[in-house]
Amino acid sequence: MISSALLPIADELRRVVGGENVLAAHSDLVVYECDGFVIEKNCPDVVVFPRSTEDVAAIVKICNRYDVPFLPRGAGTSLAGGCLPVGGGVMIVLTRMKQILEINLRDRYAIVQPGVVNLWLTNALKGTGYHYAPDPSSQGACTIGGNVATNSGGPHTLKYGVTVNHTLGIEGVMTDGSIVEFGGPSEDSPGLDLTGTLVGSEGTLVVVTKVWVRLTRNPEGVRTMLGVFDSADDATNSISAIIGAGIIPAALEMMDQGILVAVEAAFHFGFPPDAKAILLIEVDGLEAGLDAQRDRIVELCLQCGAREVRQARDAAERLLLWKCRKQAFGAVGRLSPSYCTQDGVVPRTKLPYILRRIGQIGEKHGVRIVNVFHAGDGNIHPILLFDERDPAQIERVLEASGEILDECIACGGSVTGEHGIGVEKISFMRKLFNDDDLAAMTRLRVAFNPDNRLSPAKMLPTAGACGMEQKHPGRRAAL
Amino acid sequence: MKQSAEHPEPFESAPAAASNPGSGIDYRLFLDCVHCGLCTAACPTYVETGNENDGPRGRIYLMRSVTDGRLELTQEVRRHLELCLDCRACETACPSGVQYGKLIEPFRVAMEATGGGGEKSHDWFHRWILFRLFPYPERMRAAIAPARWAQFLRLERLVESLGLLNLLPPRLRQLVRMLPPLGKPEPALPEFLPAIGPRRARVALFTGCVGDAIFRPTNWATARVLQQNGCDVIVPRNQACCGAIHFHAGSSEPARDFADRNVNAFDCDDVDAIIVNVAGCGAMLKDYAHHWHDPRQDAREKFARKVKDINEFLDQLGLIPPEGAIRLTATYHDACHLGHAQKLREAPRRLLAKIPGLVLKDLPETDLCCGAAGTYNLTEPEMSARLSQRKLKNILTTGARVVITANAGCLLQIAREARCQGEKLWVAHTIDLLDLSYRREQPPL
Repeated sequence: MISSALLPIADELRRVVGGENVLAAHSDLVVYECDGFVIEKNCPDVVVFPRSTEDVAAIVKICNRYDVPFLPRGAGTSLAGGCLPVGGGVMIVLTRMKQILEINLRDRYAIVQPGVVNLWLTNALKGTGYHYAPDPSSQGACTIGGNVATNSGGPHTLKYGVTVNHTLGIEGVMTDGSIVEFGGPSEDSPGLDLTGTLVGSEGTLVVVTKVWVRLTRNPEGVRTMLGVFDSADDATNSISAIIGAGIIPAALEMMDQGILVAVEAAFHFGFPPDAKAILLIEVDGLEAGLDAQRDRIVELCLQCGAREVRQARDAAERLLLWKCRKQAFGAVGRLSPSYCTQDGVVPRTKLPYILRRIGQIGEKHGVRIVNVFHAGDGNIHPILLFDERDPAQIERVLEASGEILDECIACGGSVTGEHGIGVEKISFMRKLFNDDDLAAMTRLRVAFNPDNRLSPAKMLPTAGACGMEQKHPGRRAAL
Repeated sequence: MKQSAEHPEPFESAPAAASNPGSGIDYRLFLDCVHCGLCTAACPTYVETGNENDGPRGRIYLMRSVTDGRLELTQEVRRHLELCLDCRACETACPSGVQYGKLIEPFRVAMEATGGGGEKSHDWFHRWILFRLFPYPERMRAAIAPARWAQFLRLERLVESLGLLNLLPPRLRQLVRMLPPLGKPEPALPEFLPAIGPRRARVALFTGCVGDAIFRPTNWATARVLQQNGCDVIVPRNQACCGAIHFHAGSSEPARDFADRNVNAFDCDDVDAIIVNVAGCGAMLKDYAHHWHDPRQDAREKFARKVKDINEFLDQLGLIPPEGAIRLTATYHDACHLGHAQKLREAPRRLLAKIPGLVLKDLPETDLCCGAAGTYNLTEPEMSARLSQRKLKNILTTGARVVITANAGCLLQIAREARCQGEKLWVAHTIDLLDLSYRREQPPL
């Protein structure tokens, strides 16, 4: 129910963007009470769909005048509650700003509005020989605006880098309603690198309204390999061996036996049922030299004890292999009615250790855990299986999750590789950073967002209210 | 396949009150949705409106909230659920295997039954046109006879230019504009057509209702192509509409009657397959087994197991390659009820690849609904028009002048959009092209 105090704001928003671009009925707002993170929920008071940057600026000014919080939302696929409207207020949904404004192949950039779905851009580039490199597994649904907010990664970011490496410039609406351009199509603009500051700021500094993204030439050739291992340690040692040999694969992904069972049931690839782990290794680049890299990788894996390493037979097998990897999380539904995916990072050489620890932690708490992850950059995604209707299981999964993330920090890693802090992991910020670190970040946020009306209670713990108390084991889906 | 079927139910959820439209739905089907949102961009209505209430995840959330009793079934909620095309693109996109059709279909049936706004099943258009005219081929043929004559005498342009159509209620106007060039009336198919060459199979042909009235030439083409491929073709006389029109509009009982008439009309033991050439009907016939739970369910399941789409059947049988060259550039549109509901995407393309000379161009957003969606184009004209305009725009980017698809609704919808925009396109069924190739004839371009 819209609180009576906000009725005038809904009317005023309607005058700016038109009635068809404002939702204020309770039954229209319920679906906006959470995103891919379903543990904490809160309805916004109003949802507004701007059609232009000027609309966004006008909306922000209205929010200031009424002193209500506001936050941006794209496709709502955040796994950390990044789009959760803490404290209600106005939700600025950017899905109607979905134009690809310009594609400039000679200068290798494109200008897109924030509501453009990641894959739409790559589809629009089909046949040009270029693509947009960051490819999160949710790329069929998530928006470029959301990618910028969370500095999204993806399997191919091991070689090509994450969103910040592909963002040339940002147009954003500041919290006072002014419209500012940061960076732009040319490289290395002078002044402070605020583009880099904004990417990954999880919607706490500006509302992104336009993005200049870098376009990447498609590689001339690709070799995709499948390594089958009899122990998880052999697989993780192979990862370090490959990178240690100076090879940077385009992607290096691992799945353990637990997840392979589900993936095999879903996609019938033909993974050996007794394999303890598989690696999906892809190298790309100039055709000349790829075969040599492939042979070296095969050799290294066999030295580490691989049972079998082979190249994907053809394009169809390569696609199926990638489908198995990218949709692996969905297949987990076959193992358990609910699941919670963690997102941690450890130095690559600690992978054998952290996987063993995850196994022990699971055993200790009586929670089954399976693993699928971006092995090349040490970004682990342990999946904890449970039934959300059993409070005792939830308790155990929560404890196990916390222990795994603490272990990641102890290894010198971090509690999120790509999903972001959002509201979910805000309580870990004090474990990752000391007071001075946090104070520096807070001062930066205050410079952009002095009244803390934009995305309040996100990412940085505020004094006295360090995030929400978690009563549930985090998200059930992850990418 | 389904997790909910495999997992026991150790923790009970509170059952919804019987008057709640969600009360008849297996609650575990809701739990399959992990709220990841990967379905959203696959949904045509969400892609158009950008409103999560008009996307699959949002609709599931609305239905679940109503079922849980935390949200009232308001007019707004109804509108979001009614706006769903039931195209099932979300099922293709969903990595968790959510069976969206099994949620939205019974929910809408129950939503109609519980009344409230409930105008759909009660308004004149549904009662007289959709429910009492469409499902009956003989009535349809009688109803379109004047249009056939008007087209023959070239009167339809006069009618249009005088604005006479505007005298009709909007949905009837829409209906008249959907009518394709009807051509000469063709005779009904005989009850039996023998295989040509060595006999490879014996099949029964489902001819449909609206399909048989408007697309009888395609039914003839289907029979001929089957004969060419060594099939005896039986055309049972007492068959009826598949029931999809009623079922998708939330009227379950008449649909069950049609289903049982069909189960009685086809002798499953006598044939290798029951062939259907309209994707929408095929999806419904294949679903007979689980729509209703009563003593006749086994018979319906036996029937459903025999149903094969014509593309699927010929692809599995192994097409005897046609020899007539058709030197044209074409593009193929995936009908939702073939691609998403029946998961048949490669079979029609493989068949078309066997036609000498035919060049097939990829269609951008091929699997996004064209807006026809059964009778959706008549009941939701605005959204339907947005989607057909989008579809035509995509078609035109391919440069193809022939659009091939395997569903009656898409054929009508795309052809109408092209006519309205003055684009010369030939919209045809896969089988129409195969038939021409076997007969060494050329399309009427």
